[in-house]
Amino acid sequence: MDMKLKDLLNEKKSAITKNWFDAIMETYPTDTTGFLKKQKDMFANPVGHVIAEGSERILEALIEGEELTDSLRFLDDIIRVRAVQDFTPSKAMAFIFLIKKSVREELKKEISQNHLYDALLEFESKIDELALFALDIYSKCREQLNELKIDELKRLTFTLLKKANLMYEIPVEEFEHKDLKCNI
Amino acid sequence: MAKPEKIKTPKPGEIASSIDFKSPATDWMDTPTEIKPGNFCWGAKEKDLLTLGLPNPRQWSPLDDDWKLPEGWKSTILDGLSDRLSKYRSFKIFMDICVRCGACADKCHFYIGSGDPKNMPVLRAELIRSVYKKYFTASGKFLGRLAGARELDEDVLKEWWSYFFQCTECRRCSVFCPYGIDQAEVTIIGRELLNLVGLNIDWIAGPAAACYMKGNHLGLEPHAIKGNIESMCDDIEDLTGIRVDPSFNRKGADILFITPSGDLLGDPGIFTNMGYLMLFHELGLNYTWSTYASEGGNFGFFTSNDMAKRLNYKIYAEAKRLGVKWIIGGECGHMWRVLNQYMDTWNGPADFLEVPKSPITGTVFENARSTKMVHITEFTADLIKHGKIKLDPSRNDHLKVTYHDSCNTSRGMGLLEEPRYIIKASCNNFYEMPENTIREKTFCCGSGSGLNASENMEQRMRGGLARANAVKYVQDKHGVNVLANICAVDRAAFPALMDYWCPGVGVYGTHELLANALVMTGEKERVTDLRGDDLPGKEGNE
Repeated sequence: MDMKLKDLLNEKKSAITKNWFDAIMETYPTDTTGFLKKQKDMFANPVGHVIAEGSERILEALIEGEELTDSLRFLDDIIRVRAVQDFTPSKAMAFIFLIKKSVREELKKEISQNHLYDALLEFESKIDELALFALDIYSKCREQLNELKIDELKRLTFTLLKKANLMYEIPVEEFEHKDLKCNI
Repeated sequence: MAKPEKIKTPKPGEIASSIDFKSPATDWMDTPTEIKPGNFCWGAKEKDLLTLGLPNPRQWSPLDDDWKLPEGWKSTILDGLSDRLSKYRSFKIFMDICVRCGACADKCHFYIGSGDPKNMPVLRAELIRSVYKKYFTASGKFLGRLAGARELDEDVLKEWWSYFFQCTECRRCSVFCPYGIDQAEVTIIGRELLNLVGLNIDWIAGPAAACYMKGNHLGLEPHAIKGNIESMCDDIEDLTGIRVDPSFNRKGADILFITPSGDLLGDPGIFTNMGYLMLFHELGLNYTWSTYASEGGNFGFFTSNDMAKRLNYKIYAEAKRLGVKWIIGGECGHMWRVLNQYMDTWNGPADFLEVPKSPITGTVFENARSTKMVHITEFTADLIKHGKIKLDPSRNDHLKVTYHDSCNTSRGMGLLEEPRYIIKASCNNFYEMPENTIREKTFCCGSGSGLNASENMEQRMRGGLARANAVKYVQDKHGVNVLANICAVDRAAFPALMDYWCPGVGVYGTHELLANALVMTGEKERVTDLRGDDLPGKEGNE
């Protein structure tokens, strides 16, 4: 990444993080944003905590040009929450693109003065890449919600089916099929 | 040829500035309730309401505009509200006394997880309080909305249905309320009112109807109960070489044992049930199971006071029929709130029973002097205290355990130490979750009070976030892989919650952990735990 832009981003990191965090908070009902922002206890306010911690780490990773796969855990934490809250898919995911808004707002003057538009485009492409990773995570979370329903049904009925000889368990030694599930 | 008109396209900045990322700020009364998949449980079925003799049985769907309400529904609700205001002094006080201090607002797990202001306990109560004001207070009648009052209409009723079935009656908010307002009671009354016009959910009405007809929520008939328990005995024999031979409906037994039917069917409840069987066998306890009073839980409690009383009746009736001396109850949550706080008033006094006294240790359970029913963790903790059972906690060394206080046993009856005492005696690795998430301040599983259906999975996941977040903390910090509990709903609901938020954490009943450690007289060398997982140091010893 362009060193000048990197320096500027680092310089204004805390302002950008705050701007981004506040913008994410505004996707929640007005009556709730105060609580989500102010309550710092991670157990009393897991949503606010996950978003505050995650947004900081994700921005750091973007600025440092780290491999995005390294910061996916934080992205996963945020998306896992938003995937079960009352958002449409687009609203749940919009928070990624809010980084662009925050950077543009906080560095508007500096980018213009230093003619950093090309560098900004490059940086924003990285955000687009992050959005694609985020889409994978979101889809996986939503798929998992359906899997959980199926698993719950299986747990409830397994004993009955086994008892009625409607189900046969393959003994462990014959079962050499490896776990094919891939984790993101 | 006419020159095509030039179309002015907006500049990127113009588009960007027109996007509003903020949620609309409307007053709660003007924010409509949206009923959408993932956020609600299916409506009660016609056949179940018929079985229970509840009003307005019909086929309906919460997704339809027309909920097929009975004629005159509004006066039915208002008359019902009036009845309850005069009958329950507590409810009247809860309607009048709240000063909107907000102490409860951020204590509800549904609010914490969803951010939906109507899940703040204060606002959830306000849904009904606003109607109370309009029709039962002078200020509300004259000043209307200025005094926080509003008309009761169909949208308000639907809002009640949505939010009173988004409260698990866990009572965490009441711990923080300076006036002691019990939001669970407000929800209980709200649900009673909804039931007057046929607005229950299937996951409650179905089990309640099954319980009314068959004696348990799952609708297991006597031969199925006996068969299930016998197949658990087969598994115990494979594991220990010992044949456990429990009795059913045996007259003249000293003790009647009653547990939630969730323990009789389905993973992981059955392992807890195997734990009871092994413990009682080892003690040589003179006890019996009942295939009639085959449910400790009470989904009637989530319907109405009368329904709860009706479904509870069988416990004392069966104790009397069998002529037992007293009753032990299994691991369950709301079952114990009902037994501890209501049963004696509803269907007591059980003066035909004796004050519970452990035949093994001689301990008299003074706390159960009136109800005559003892929680199994009290019974077992007493055995351990007196050194009456031999435990080898190293058999649980592959497990790193934390304990979830069920809302009802912790806040409803103060049962905090006994389960921990048993777990610590049975396991070498025990780690508490953070202080503000356990004991009286425990976070609900998010699926209690009849909300552990599958169709509301998103709601359950966000409702359980606060609980799971604390589990994840001890998982990351100490490598915890077991969430122990003493509640059948927990055992049914937690596996999904753990899979979503903290995969790798299994869900165990406390008596399953005890049974793993229990050294039984004449047992063969165990190589696996109750689930068939290798015991530490016995790997590959199949």
